[in-house]
Amino acid sequence: MALAEPISQQPIARDPASLRDPASFAPVIDLNDLCVKFGGRPILQNLRGELRGRAIGLLGPNGAGKTTLIHTLLGFHSPSSGTAHIFGQDITTDAKQIRSLVGYMPERDSYIAKMSAVRFVRLMAELSGLPSEAALERAHEALFYVGLGEARYRSLDTYSLGMKQLAKLAQAIVHGPRLIFLDEPTNGLDPPARQRMIRLVREIRDSGKANIVLSSHLLRDVEECCEEILILKEGRLAVYCNLEEERKSNRKFLLLETRGDRDKFAEAIGALGCEYAVTGDHRVKVVLQGGTEVRDIYRIASQYDVQIRRLSYKRDSLEDIFLKAMENGHGGL
Amino acid sequence: MAVYEHTYKQYLGKLTPEWSRFLVIPRHALRDVFKSKLFTAFFVVCFIPLLIEAILIYLHHNVNALAILKVNVRELIPIDAFFFQTFVNLQASFAFFVTLLVGPPLVARDLRNNALPLYLCRPFSRTEYVLGKMSVLLILLSTMTWVPQLLLFLFQSYLEGGRWFIDNLWLASAIFIGSVVWILLLALLSQAVSALVKWRVIASAALLGIFFIPSVFGEVINQIFLTRWGNIISLGALMKNVTAGLFGTFVQASGHITEWDGRVGREIIVNEPPLIASWFALFVVCAICLALLSRKVKAYEVVR
Repeated sequence: MALAEPISQQPIARDPASLRDPASFAPVIDLNDLCVKFGGRPILQNLRGELRGRAIGLLGPNGAGKTTLIHTLLGFHSPSSGTAHIFGQDITTDAKQIRSLVGYMPERDSYIAKMSAVRFVRLMAELSGLPSEAALERAHEALFYVGLGEARYRSLDTYSLGMKQLAKLAQAIVHGPRLIFLDEPTNGLDPPARQRMIRLVREIRDSGKANIVLSSHLLRDVEECCEEILILKEGRLAVYCNLEEERKSNRKFLLLETRGDRDKFAEAIGALGCEYAVTGDHRVKVVLQGGTEVRDIYRIASQYDVQIRRLSYKRDSLEDIFLKAMENGHGGL
Repeated sequence: MAVYEHTYKQYLGKLTPEWSRFLVIPRHALRDVFKSKLFTAFFVVCFIPLLIEAILIYLHHNVNALAILKVNVRELIPIDAFFFQTFVNLQASFAFFVTLLVGPPLVARDLRNNALPLYLCRPFSRTEYVLGKMSVLLILLSTMTWVPQLLLFLFQSYLEGGRWFIDNLWLASAIFIGSVVWILLLALLSQAVSALVKWRVIASAALLGIFFIPSVFGEVINQIFLTRWGNIISLGALMKNVTAGLFGTFVQASGHITEWDGRVGREIIVNEPPLIASWFALFVVCAICLALLSRKVKAYEVVR
């Protein structure tokens, strides 16, 4: 059988230094006012922005539109208005070319029944255009890579949930895509299996040979794997942030658990020139400024007869960013 | 990503041509189908009528063999349009049973296990998916219908001579068109049923029902209204008429009924629906199947 030309490959940054800098990449995903409606009901509304990270996290509560966004980027749903580009290719006009560059691990249990894992992964590779022998070779490699090497001749019907997740990952990477969509990859996994999955995702990310879009409602998964996050709320973009930059710029703050007249105490801290925020029932967040020290905080507490039950240093976590996004509403890139 | 390296690597080798990728599906599916020894045995049995057909053609031209068997050549079935039509119809029946065994799980299994997104997230369209799945039946049924029938036609031409071949070339086209129309109908119907019903057994039962229940209804209509237009809803009768049309054996006035009005009897000639109506009905069935497939074969069904 005559063989066609290989998939056109855009140059990939292979210099390790440039791999660390997301800005050196062309936009992986470029959203241009992307809207999707199902039966007149808006599911995604005016998503806009350029995503360049090696690992992009898609966050949002259930029903926020994460999976719909992935499906739209894969060409499963047509945008009602606007469009998006993946590696510069339009999702509406170049869907087939895009699909030859991407791998997809669906959220739901998806496999072909009565087939061994190696045949399943080989079939998927062949459908992606790999010749039969190369597909078989890559199927073995992919299954070894995800840790299913010993079970590769077993029928998929006999696999546990964790093994099926790994088989889904194997089929998503078997053809060596440049962009991998992982939709809730740790769903239903026990802690060791989850750790294994996260490690694999990080390894692929660190190889620099593929970008990853990881959709999850588990903040920890995204925090451990991703550099950029996109938080969706009711189909709109609530927050976009670069986690790496956020981590670098994030100032440490003091979290105080107090008893007593908290408001006056907080105002007095503010009078010292420190930023503060009152959270929860008895908690005060304080960012120390200039020459202010912890002993000053104790002094003020004593002055206002406030007990400090607990004092700890913290940074804003992804959870804080997420919760803030859920409270505030819409953000942008 | 070599086994020993355990690292992720891209594939930078050659790719197969896009047009050929749908053939990956029948290649894998046929391997699965022939894993069943029972099916393989049945498939072999399907070739027995063809063997008989070959023997009859051979005997027809072998005087010595006829002498040994003490059979007069005139007593043998003549090798003509009716001869080939009979065997085409016989193979069509076997093709139906093979479809019942192979067709229903093809799409149903993928739908039940949510496998469609895995196919369609690749450079592989819905049309290619349907074509690939249909190819399983098209290849399998072709090997037991028009391919051997045409070979036997060539065998008969070889034994009879070039003149016979030229005079009866239209028979070859009748064999080909008749078989292909039947195969296409079976493939489309089984895929549509398979896409509608996710369970193999129910899909097989539904396919059986689609062929037999309308036939019964059609016959009831024929009896009540003293007509043959009831055949228009019977797929078997439609195909029989279409095949007869192709082989030139179609007779529209297919019988007569004596209607009694009091003591007076009246002969009524009943006519089969015209051939064009049969072709149109088959076309409508195929169009409905394609519409169903287009509706059901999707990566994800959107709940509106």
